Amino acid sequence: MATMNIIQAVNNALHLAMSRTDDLVILGEDVGKFGGVFRATVGLQEEFGEDRVIDTPLAEAGIIGAAIGMSLYGVKAVAEIQFSDFIFPAYDQIVNELAKFRYRSGGEYPCPMVIRTPVGGGIRGGHYHSQSPESVFVHHAGLVVVAPSNPYDAKGLLLAAIESDDPVMVLEPKRIYRGPDHGKNWGNHPLGQVPEDYFTVPIGKASIARELKGQGVPVTILTYGAMVHTCGKAAEMAAAEGVDVEIVDLRSLLPYDLDAIVQSAKKTGRVVVANEAPRTCGYAAEIVSLVMEHCFDWLEAPVTRVPGYDPPSPYPLEFAYLPDAGRVLKAVKDVAHYA
Amino acid sequence: MTKAPQADTPTVSTKLMQVMTPNGKVVDKKFLASMPQEDIVRLYEAMLVQRVYDERMIKMQRQGRLGFYLACTGEEACAYGPAYALEDKDWFYPAYREPGIALWRGMPFQAWVDNMVGNCDDPVKGRQMPVHWTAREQNIVSISSPVGTQIPQATGSAYASKLRGDGAVSICFFGEGTSSEGDFHVGLNFAGVWKAPAIFFCRNNGYAISTPYEKTTATEHIALRAHGYGIRGQVVDGNDVLAVIKAVREAADWARQGKGPTLIEAKTYRLAAHSTSDDPKGYRLEKEEAMWRKRCPIKRLKIWLEKEGLWDDDKEQACIEAASDRIIAALQVAESKPHPELDTMFNEVFADVPDHLRRQHEALQAHLESGTADYQPR
Repeated sequence: MATMNIIQAVNNALHLAMSRTDDLVILGEDVGKFGGVFRATVGLQEEFGEDRVIDTPLAEAGIIGAAIGMSLYGVKAVAEIQFSDFIFPAYDQIVNELAKFRYRSGGEYPCPMVIRTPVGGGIRGGHYHSQSPESVFVHHAGLVVVAPSNPYDAKGLLLAAIESDDPVMVLEPKRIYRGPDHGKNWGNHPLGQVPEDYFTVPIGKASIARELKGQGVPVTILTYGAMVHTCGKAAEMAAAEGVDVEIVDLRSLLPYDLDAIVQSAKKTGRVVVANEAPRTCGYAAEIVSLVMEHCFDWLEAPVTRVPGYDPPSPYPLEFAYLPDAGRVLKAVKDVAHYA
Repeated sequence: MTKAPQADTPTVSTKLMQVMTPNGKVVDKKFLASMPQEDIVRLYEAMLVQRVYDERMIKMQRQGRLGFYLACTGEEACAYGPAYALEDKDWFYPAYREPGIALWRGMPFQAWVDNMVGNCDDPVKGRQMPVHWTAREQNIVSISSPVGTQIPQATGSAYASKLRGDGAVSICFFGEGTSSEGDFHVGLNFAGVWKAPAIFFCRNNGYAISTPYEKTTATEHIALRAHGYGIRGQVVDGNDVLAVIKAVREAADWARQGKGPTLIEAKTYRLAAHSTSDDPKGYRLEKEEAMWRKRCPIKRLKIWLEKEGLWDDDKEQACIEAASDRIIAALQVAESKPHPELDTMFNEVFADVPDHLRRQHEALQAHLESGTADYQPR
């Protein structure tokens, strides 16, 4: 076991994966000599060479297009898109090509590969370094989308993504890459105990980030990514006010763990879905809908969302814009005391 | 085999590479001598047969038997030439106007026709419209409708083959209209930087559906763009199958020597419509078409073959009739086959069918069994 932050866990996972086969390459902007703008790929080019850890030209469509060609050929690519805000020049390659290759070729050309990209706000990056685009990638059939919230899952899910026979997008919560700002903006510290050896976290399985304590009105929070920690802080605050919160960390956005969602929702009958992405047609809306379809008879209160607001993320007002523990707490109390 | 250019510095040649003029006059005797005569006859037959297939398919689309078709009439040499010139281990990324790659390299003919109907034996299981086939055994990658997406993908495959050191090249095909796409730029730029063993084969057929070359491109030759990517460029007569073979072989030799990619611009003309969904009378002059008919890739080879005593009217007639019979029979077989099974809608979206798709499959099954569904299986 070692104490790691998310960046160290990602770097460790890539080291292990690259050591296991020659048919794996890493490519992206500044991932080689510099080790990535967030330092996730530090030391990899030194160890595995310029041919396998590739500093690409600055063109996301080229990165993903070429990564597809490599992966079709049998050399699996782990592509880094520097910020998920910059992913859209590659949107066509991702949703029309990568996502569809297995299907459209009648199974002749599966294209398993990995896209790593940092998501979410909280780093004072303004609109173009803060977005959470998961809903659009979940919407286009053919992509597996995972969103770790801590170092253990970051490593285990990335290794599972590299092993997967499907194209997988790993959405990394950049504001807790290195541990949190020690200010007051969010909750638990995401340093974690992570095995140094190879392991995977199964794709499609949620985890319980906080269990019910058996005291107070039970409420479920369904969330993922950096928001797991915001919700953790809200849960502590709620406990002091007589509300008992279970937090389900979805981890895998597609395929999602319907059993875990339904089990917790039926247990508490009171559900809050919290995420950073914009409200309208956001991923939270799908989760709310699933709870309604599968748990209606068990519900004690309307399922409530705490998503981001719809406008673009503003620079100085970022911490007014992001869902904070106070907003989550308000929703938790509302569903707990709904009559 | 022709010799690759000697220098290591990539150059761009806009001089039209030609082996045979439209009148069947040989202007590159040395290259012609390097080609086995029986291969030239085979190439001629294949292109003639393709012309027959295309004509029959368009007629059958007009009869309502096919939903869609897209002919390569006038551009046959741009598929059969590269298919002939390259090796089994090489990878092909077609656009949608190169059926010759599939048929020359041995994709089963019935499978190709099954794809036109989308039946249960269609290699893509009816998941795409006609003319979007795939042929894994022949290293021919699945076809996409959005144009140009295959260009950076071919660069990636070429990079992977270079990494493995297996000596394969990757070739991709697109029209001059597609060279306006961003994927053209990123694909060629990446390939140039990586010295990837790739061949970018641009069929300059004059039109992006209805929009003529001069409305999409300000440069005189697409091939000139190679200079900006630091790669080889070559203009070739795309209606001269022998010249196309020569150009592709030179590009492949260059790539296999580790010197990087080549952009080939094949000057040709789309004698047919873009697809069965448009009529060229609305956007171009018959005079122009007539001029290009005289430069037809099949016609010039026929003149030469007849002069050499390798072909005659009887052979021509027999070849056309056999091809016509073959395509009509194959289409009848294709039409007699049922639709793909319902589960093909839900499987192979992912490697395994996830629960949410399984639930959707079950819901559809129940709907179909309810008797209220529009869809009727064939």
